[in-house]
Amino acid sequence: MSTNSGIPQGADSLRTSSSAGATATTEKADTSPKLAAPIVWSDERVGTAKGMRFLLKKVFPDHWSFLLGEVAMYSMVICLITGTFLTFWFVPSMGHVEYNGSFVPLKGVGMSEAYASTLDISFDIKGGLLIRQLHHWAALLFIVGIALHMARVFFTGAFRKPREINWVIGAVLSLLAIIEGFAGYSLPDDLLSGTGIRAMAGFMQSAPVIGSYMTFFVFGGAFPGESIIPRLFIAHVLIVPALLVGLFTAHIVLVAVHKHTQFPGPGRTDNNVVGFPLMPVYMAKAGGFFFIVFGITALISALVQINPVWVYGPYDPTQVTAGSQPDFYMWFSDGALRLLPGWLEFTVFGTTWSFNIFLGSLVLLPLVWAIIIAYPFLENWVTGDKREHHILDRPRNAPVRTAIGASAISIYLVLALACVNDIIAIKFGLSINDLTILFRAMFFIAPIITFPVVKRLCISLQRADRDLVLHGTETGRIVRTPEGEFFEVHEPLDEYTRYTLVQHDRQEPLSALEGVPTDEHGVRKPMSLGYKTRRALSDFYFKDQIQPVTPAELAAAHSHGEHDALESGHNHEALPSGQEQVGIDQGSSAK
Amino acid sequence: MTDQNLPAEHSSDANLPAHANEALPERFEDPGLPPHIPRRADVDEKAAKRAELQVVALFTLSVVGTLVFLVAYFLIDIDARAYVIGIGEISLYHVVLGLSMAASMGGIGFGAVHWAKTLMPDTEIVEERHPQASPQEDRDGAAAILRSGWQGSQLGRRPMILQSAGVAMGLFSIPLVVQVAGSLGPLPGEELYDTNWRRGLRLMIDPSGTPIKASDVTLGSVFHVMPEGFIGEPAHENLTAEEEMKAKAEDQVILVRLDPSDVKSQKQLDWGVDGIVAYSKVCTHVGCPVALYEQQTHHLLCPCHQSTFDMTEDCKVIFGPAKRALPQLPITIDDEGYLVADDSFREPVGPSFWERG
Ligand code: HEM
Ligand code: FES
Repeated sequence: MSTNSGIPQGADSLRTSSSAGATATTEKADTSPKLAAPIVWSDERVGTAKGMRFLLKKVFPDHWSFLLGEVAMYSMVICLITGTFLTFWFVPSMGHVEYNGSFVPLKGVGMSEAYASTLDISFDIKGGLLIRQLHHWAALLFIVGIALHMARVFFTGAFRKPREINWVIGAVLSLLAIIEGFAGYSLPDDLLSGTGIRAMAGFMQSAPVIGSYMTFFVFGGAFPGESIIPRLFIAHVLIVPALLVGLFTAHIVLVAVHKHTQFPGPGRTDNNVVGFPLMPVYMAKAGGFFFIVFGITALISALVQINPVWVYGPYDPTQVTAGSQPDFYMWFSDGALRLLPGWLEFTVFGTTWSFNIFLGSLVLLPLVWAIIIAYPFLENWVTGDKREHHILDRPRNAPVRTAIGASAISIYLVLALACVNDIIAIKFGLSINDLTILFRAMFFIAPIITFPVVKRLCISLQRADRDLVLHGTETGRIVRTPEGEFFEVHEPLDEYTRYTLVQHDRQEPLSALEGVPTDEHGVRKPMSLGYKTRRALSDFYFKDQIQPVTPAELAAAHSHGEHDALESGHNHEALPSGQEQVGIDQGSSAK
Repeated sequence: MTDQNLPAEHSSDANLPAHANEALPERFEDPGLPPHIPRRADVDEKAAKRAELQVVALFTLSVVGTLVFLVAYFLIDIDARAYVIGIGEISLYHVVLGLSMAASMGGIGFGAVHWAKTLMPDTEIVEERHPQASPQEDRDGAAAILRSGWQGSQLGRRPMILQSAGVAMGLFSIPLVVQVAGSLGPLPGEELYDTNWRRGLRLMIDPSGTPIKASDVTLGSVFHVMPEGFIGEPAHENLTAEEEMKAKAEDQVILVRLDPSDVKSQKQLDWGVDGIVAYSKVCTHVGCPVALYEQQTHHLLCPCHQSTFDMTEDCKVIFGPAKRALPQLPITIDDEGYLVADDSFREPVGPSFWERG
């Protein structure tokens, strides 16, 4: 294809004929372009052109994982739009009414106005069911998007300086998203959501000292009262969305201030950002992506039913359905409640301490989020790294961090699965008691297994990278040496591919870098406890680190026929000198 | 690059021959951006035309979706149903609205992205980054402003202003907090300790509100029970909806007849009538109704987190996260042979709270 690149045709011809390069839109590109009248009007008043110049040429790097944050952002917008629609018909009241709508099985049944209006939205408002389903599916997508986005940021080290603040904001956003989801889920006042509120009352009541007061304040008296749904409603449509939108705005402003991170590769450094300009490419891609997310949410909402509240019936404190689960994002918390054994509750001096309850509810969420928020600062303390980082880590190049993240996910999965232990038990005909005991054990075992497995996996991948750099790719061609030995010809990597594999920094533990601290007489200095901890953690992080190949190592691999001095020495792979140049064909493999 | 920031010790590696280190750089040099490879549509006008048509087709799909949505919204009956193979019966109205909206949105989305990918420039652009920290000049300037502001405020010279302002700022929000916290709800008082059960109240079947004759309770049968006056017609007439809900949340009781020889606790038998025993149905974990009774094992199971209570052992917890046994309601029979409460619950029902002891 590159053969006819001399005669530009197609889209290229437009671009190259324009002096402005990336902004060519018309064929008359040589007459200098003028701003449209409305822009001139606003420029004279607020200086629009300056802002446009700054914004429209901003560069965004491309990578599929950068879309995860966009998924979260767009599904939040969908929630905001559809949620506002829902407020037009939803009645946030626990006042009692007799249902008289068009869903026949519930005709004449007594229920709250909240539940009755949710039925109306589902059956009597044209398109109302679609809006409800869009709202609920977008809410789930929102939380999935946030979680995956957070994982991307964690595993690539994007939280490092200067982005710690945005990590904290993001973490708070994710917590708010869960709270917002729980509040929304509770609004329709059906049997399932009422059971969730019942449990919430139980959690709050278990708090030491203030528990019963807190419950009475939040519920406006004894459970259930008639205040909780109006109050959750205000939290759901005003307080939490205001916080979400405010923090989200700060989040995005900081992304613009820092400019987006980028994955390592040739031409990408910590001092630049390589990608596509906002106008027109990114605008079309990101703007289009909003519609894609909305379209897919609409597709799912059309075909897959979610939260059919009419099946559950109105909330009644004496009723419950077997196999009741909250939305998936609360599973880990509900799972923790199922696993915590009853003996954690005890009485001292006439007071009751229900660790079995508040550990899994009131303590779990703040604790988990405190750890999430603290992580970047902890890692930074260990590495002592003061530099700005704009090039992302490939997860394999930070094996311990990746293993920590994976272990955390394994714990999360155990807790989440524990929440569906009854369903697993029924589906697979197992004893629920055995399952619960198994999950209790897995809570401790899963991370202990996951950590070394993932760390080893990363290290093997790093070794494989080294091998690839040192010995190139296999060609499948077998060559016989004059001595009669057979070996396979390996093709060296082109310099662009190679650079991606060798660009990262060497990382060594403090103990290797700083040795044993001594005073001027060479006598061992005592180490402070803080420093000792730091050294120990630094060892934990970096002692098994595989370093990137250096030019010297590559040269050695090429010149020595035998290179057993080198770490990952396979025997036959070094190229005899003279064969090195075989088949280097840069770029041809990229298509 | 950031190399100059790296500590010098990082560089030497004992594994390498010293001479190799001298000649070659420490790290690989950045080869710069790889050469741009043109796409089909860049070099082949036919391919570009094809891409253009695809984009137009996708945008047209969106227009069609919008039109279908409008037609369906006004013309299809909201109750119309249809049968789809593999899914089953569906609301035709809902599905057509949803699918057409998906086409209307998705057409725009996929069209725009396809357009950007095939026709818009795909040469990468490089933008410089600058350190986040402000230049020293700005820092000095900011420090000077802060200093002169502090001096201008005279707070350094008049510390009493600082102290009193600090106290005032510390306190001003308290009235707001007290107002809201103080008025959100009543104090719990004795409410958590008490239910509506009183000596002499009949046990009524939930939801019908009919009394239960002891002689009608056969071995192994289960009744869900509420106190007389708090269920059925009398409750609808005399209680507000809120009071009715509260009663259900606190007073619900499960009544079972056991074979007295199966029962291991004498107190349990004493508080019952010929093996008929009544227990609070509010789980002592976080308050779900403990609604599942297994006849063979005499176990009561809470569906929320699977706490399991043994009916033959005074409803002690035998599995799961709950700690305390379900409280027993003492019952007896009245003159007409109906079951009645012999007393109220003798301990608080439901989830634990700190001061319950
Ligand atoms: C931004 C994140 C949001 C999330 C994660 C979220 C989540 C939810 C969920 C899971 C439900 C239950 C839906 C169901 O019936 O199945 C719900 C209900 C509801 N939400 Fe939201 N929501 C969000 C934002 C909003 C906003 C901004 C508003 C209004 C301004 C709103 C208004 C409502 C209303 C009125 C209901 C009750 C109606 C019904 O359940 O059908 N939501 N929300
Ligand atoms: S509420 Fe019964 S086990 Fe949790």
